[in-house]
Amino acid sequence: MAQNPFPLGKDELLKAYRTMRTIREFEERLHVDFAKGDIPGFVHLYAGEEACATGIMMHLNDNDRIASTHRGHGHCIAKGVDVHAMMAEIYGRSTGACRGKGGSMHIADLSKGMMGANGILGAGAPLICGAALAAKVRGDRGVGITFVGDGASNQGTFLESLNLAAVWNLPVVFVVENNGYAESTAMEWAVSCDSYVDRATGFGMPGVTVDGTDFFAVYEAAGEIIRRARDGGGPALLECNMVRFYGHFEGDAQTYRAKGELEAIRASRDCLTILSERVIEAGVIGRDELQAIDREVNALIEDAVRAAKAAPLPVADDLLRDVYVSY
Amino acid sequence: MSRKISMKQAINEALDLEMRRDPTVIVMGEDIVGGTGAQGEDDAWGGVLGVTKGLYAKHGDRLMDTPLSESAYIGAAIGAAACGLRPVAELMFLDFMGVCFDQIFNQAAKFRYMFGGKAETPVVIRGMVGAGFRAAAQHSQMLTPLFTHIPGLKVVCPSNAYDAKGLLIQSIRDNDPVIFCEHKNLYGLECEVPAESYAIPFGEANVLRDGDDVTIVSYGLTVHRAMEAATALAKDGTEAEVIDLRTLSPIDWDTIVESVERTGRLVVVDEAHPRCNLATDIAAFVGQNAFGALKAGIQMVTAPHTPVPFAPSLEDLYVPSADSIASAVRRTLSPKGASPRIAA
Ligand SMILES: Cc1ncc(C[n+]2csc(CCOP(=O)(O)OP(=O)(O)O)c2C)c(N)n1
Ligand SMILES: [Mg+2]
Repeated sequence: MAQNPFPLGKDELLKAYRTMRTIREFEERLHVDFAKGDIPGFVHLYAGEEACATGIMMHLNDNDRIASTHRGHGHCIAKGVDVHAMMAEIYGRSTGACRGKGGSMHIADLSKGMMGANGILGAGAPLICGAALAAKVRGDRGVGITFVGDGASNQGTFLESLNLAAVWNLPVVFVVENNGYAESTAMEWAVSCDSYVDRATGFGMPGVTVDGTDFFAVYEAAGEIIRRARDGGGPALLECNMVRFYGHFEGDAQTYRAKGELEAIRASRDCLTILSERVIEAGVIGRDELQAIDREVNALIEDAVRAAKAAPLPVADDLLRDVYVSY
Repeated sequence: MSRKISMKQAINEALDLEMRRDPTVIVMGEDIVGGTGAQGEDDAWGGVLGVTKGLYAKHGDRLMDTPLSESAYIGAAIGAAACGLRPVAELMFLDFMGVCFDQIFNQAAKFRYMFGGKAETPVVIRGMVGAGFRAAAQHSQMLTPLFTHIPGLKVVCPSNAYDAKGLLIQSIRDNDPVIFCEHKNLYGLECEVPAESYAIPFGEANVLRDGDDVTIVSYGLTVHRAMEAATALAKDGTEAEVIDLRTLSPIDWDTIVESVERTGRLVVVDEAHPRCNLATDIAAFVGQNAFGALKAGIQMVTAPHTPVPFAPSLEDLYVPSADSIASAVRRTLSPKGASPRIAA
């Protein structure tokens, strides 16, 4: 076996691949089942963006908090939220991560430090400042990561939070997931500055831009700024440039994309292909090992869907439960 | 000429007609054109559910896509209104009002009064309301009582395509800020709508069905549930009068009170949460002004005091049903009058 040129050991590389593959399989399965009419509500898929969530979350433990977006499935899986509970949630079942009350846009698992997907753009940024403040007050070395799309990066809440985190020197990382579009609107048009690094600088914090389809680039950049935040060095911004493989939400015809754009990004910017090729070429992991993971992941998702469909629905009593804490 | 069109088309038509009539009308919102700055098709979306589709081809740059910055562009619409334009700003889901409410309730709503009657703010903020779309807790609320609470705001919530067109035209012509609430589950509903322009005045409720036994008052989607209930009740010989409020601020107190004075019974149906909503407001007004006419306690049918649940099995229990409305009517008819019932 060749010498490992990567910043992670083989087991960790396999884990990263498994996480990314699980997200991809989860999303592609939802894409198919949504088209069949099996899934209610709005569903925003993270397919194509897996390297970002995975490269960042590899540096976190359950004590670190993340605040996610409407496109949250990938963040959940990478943060360790149970796939069966997620699938059941999306199917509106009582075994779901939120007992069926949240749905795709609101999956949360506080025990894993996952503070929720969010239906309100920009809403995660102030919340994660609070999470980081709590960690700072407790002195437990926890960090907070908030994800925001290129579109949502124009929300007042996000911009105010950048300043607050800098002024309070909070252990926060603001991750801008720049997939080029907010719904159908191009990022180049909607964001006035040339680069998010300029924005970060304006708010008095370091900013880094990476190719978000390159797992290693994300992993290394995130590692450094997360370590810095953990050590009391304050907030930073990480921009991940990446691609969205499906529509804004399921049902989007995507006529705003250039002809051939989707085919091109799938061919050249698939983060799973990029990662696999690199580890195989380096001789660190064999294709058969990755294929074995693919089969396991496939079986896992299949089982999650089967279990979700068989799970009980919430019942009338559940409607009124949990509005307030009961004593 | 009149033809059958959906509420979505009726709203589109109202915007088109007013933009033709008045060059100061501009329309803005997130992806209301779509594809801005992108390399594919122009006018790629026409709004998230296609309500403004096609208007860009007719009116060009008077339709403006916005960055995802509601405080800024809703505030800008309000500022432009105070300076002579008539902006119609789409706030995709009115739930998003949380991020820009200051511009609406501390700014737009206050200008006229606070500046001694010298300001006019003819802005329309239109967006989706209501549950039943599987859109979960942050995209499904009926927040109308938040808006009716604020003096200076006008609040409109049509139940059908005909009303939507006439009320939106009136909203654009009105010189006060108007919150125009579009129930997403009514977008596809069709009815006869004249092709020409017409305005429906504010503060005039629509009596959809005459009846002498009980008055049912509602607005938006639940108007249809009330009509279903009335049809079912008629089979048992109970004739309900059904009133569609159409505008919530101003509200047509006269029509409500006159009806209750004749029927002696009132059921108010509101998709909002049960506390301090339109139902409690109307019940209180009738209790104060038509107490002598009441033969039974007033009944209120509302959503429960919970956020909107995602699971379809729960959401179907959330929105007031025709059955729950019919049961409320029966309670007003029971010999003891209405037995007390505590809202959940
Ligand atoms: C406050 C608020 N405004 C608007 C929306 C509607 N909306 C949901 S997702 C979205 C686009 C978000 O784009 P971006 O932030 O780039 O994230 P992406 O979808 O590309 O991951 C919009 C406009 C919302 N959910 N919340
Ligand atoms: Mg985006």
